Amino acid sequence: MGDASKVLSMREAVSRFVRDGDTVVIEGFTHLICFAAGHEIIRQGRRNLTLARLTPDLIYDQLIAAGCARKLVFSWAGNPGVGSLHAFRRAVEGKEASALEIEEYSHFGMVARFSAGAARLPFWPLRNYSGTDLPRANPRIKAVLCPYTGETLAAVPALNPDVAIVHAQRADAAGNAQMWGLVGVQKEAAFASARVIVVVEELVDESVIRSDPNRTVIPGMIVSAVVVEPWGAHPSYAQGYYDRDNDFYVAWEAISRDTAKVGRYLDEFVYGVPDRAAYLAKQPQLAARLKAKERRSSGVNYGF
Amino acid sequence: MAAVAARELRDGEVVFVGIGLPNLACNLARATHALNLVLIYESGAVGAVPERLPVSIGDPALVTGSLMVCGMADVFQLFLQSGRIEVGFLGGAQVDRYGNINTTVIGPYERPAVRLPGSGGAAEIAVHAQRTLIVAKLNARAFPERVDFVTSPGQRSGGRTRRELGLPGAGPVKVITDKGILEADRATGEMTLAALYPGVSVDDVQAGVGWPLARREVLGTVTPPSETDLHLLREVLDPKRLYLRSKGDGKTE
Repeated sequence: MGDASKVLSMREAVSRFVRDGDTVVIEGFTHLICFAAGHEIIRQGRRNLTLARLTPDLIYDQLIAAGCARKLVFSWAGNPGVGSLHAFRRAVEGKEASALEIEEYSHFGMVARFSAGAARLPFWPLRNYSGTDLPRANPRIKAVLCPYTGETLAAVPALNPDVAIVHAQRADAAGNAQMWGLVGVQKEAAFASARVIVVVEELVDESVIRSDPNRTVIPGMIVSAVVVEPWGAHPSYAQGYYDRDNDFYVAWEAISRDTAKVGRYLDEFVYGVPDRAAYLAKQPQLAARLKAKERRSSGVNYGF
Repeated sequence: MAAVAARELRDGEVVFVGIGLPNLACNLARATHALNLVLIYESGAVGAVPERLPVSIGDPALVTGSLMVCGMADVFQLFLQSGRIEVGFLGGAQVDRYGNINTTVIGPYERPAVRLPGSGGAAEIAVHAQRTLIVAKLNARAFPERVDFVTSPGQRSGGRTRRELGLPGAGPVKVITDKGILEADRATGEMTLAALYPGVSVDDVQAGVGWPLARREVLGTVTPPSETDLHLLREVLDPKRLYLRSKGDGKTE
């Protein structure tokens, strides 16, 4: 593995590795969703992106509202625990020709697509979708005959994004990234992608990674850039660092209903700040409200 | 509804917990009669023991103290598709005569009047869980004869039974509503009135259902939530009323 540091600023990383027209995946199931990267993509004015994610969440609602997206590939487009993503809904409801193309699966289908992509297989078989209308809505969900048992299974095509952006608790300068708590589908999404940007709460020495190798989810060999961005997942969360900002998720319901309010939000918290540090400086109360309590793991003996 | 739904869970069962009211019902069951309920969330938490009511199914409190945290590929392949989930718990915007659930669109798919969130893990839960419970408030719009879109297959979809469709799980066995409980008829697969809440008539239930509702010969009476249930729901589990959004009618509990 190369010794060269891959550490870049968010601005440099997005500028170099996220291009107009790319298929972009910012993964993370509720946990470790990299809002800092999404905001930088908006600031840099990327266009015609195909955004893929199981749960588009607020960050893709914001990217859609900002005009960055041409297409959304997803399996559950809501505001978790709250309700709707209204920018998304406005783009698809009651339209003759929707401004936003959609390609829809279930969670298992999306997970299977990343698994196939990561393994460089053309598709992934799964026992699913019989009796549902999903294959009718999405003809890319197909049936395949098992060559061994003769049974009919569902198949979904591999998803190989141009770039995956994964937030993690810590990584070394080469991009060996460790995460704990809910790990979602980040490993598969990263291995499936041509380029990987790892964004971390803390940059650590390689010796810290080597002291606990089972916790490494993304190896540096597949990583293009490492960005150090404390609180970069807010209003999502980072286990052991800060809690989810559930109040903001609730507030997004009212903001996202109204295009003028969305515009004001983006003006103030995205376009109006140069970077994540400035975003945080506007909200000095976050740490007091959301900083994680101590619940340490005891660690294990890796000796032999 | 949450208290009634919680009673359907047996101690020691492995339950796949969906978003919304099922989340509350499962945590109530664990706090009352089913201490050893194994809660599995699609987010990857296995044997979760949340110290606060999870706001979403990806809440950090699901991780702290759990038995295992795994990736979602493992959740869907090793736990769900392998048949290891005993109970799946689902809600939905529309539930039809055969327990098909729609969480995708109201109106045509290509040009929806209302775009709902979509499947999430619901489609595969309905396919694979050994049995499924549905929780939904009764009204005629939410209970049409046929859903606009089958997101999660019930007892019969497109005229074909689960067996004909090759679906491994038993599908929705009960629909718990705020007025009564419907059960899947073993012969026809049709959702059939099985029990009423106290003070609710058959006509009240029929008014909230968009097909001529069959009923069991003898209808049961749903036991109202106990004081303990209500205390746990209102003061301990959901003091901020994240899930208990009923406007004083008490029915959501």
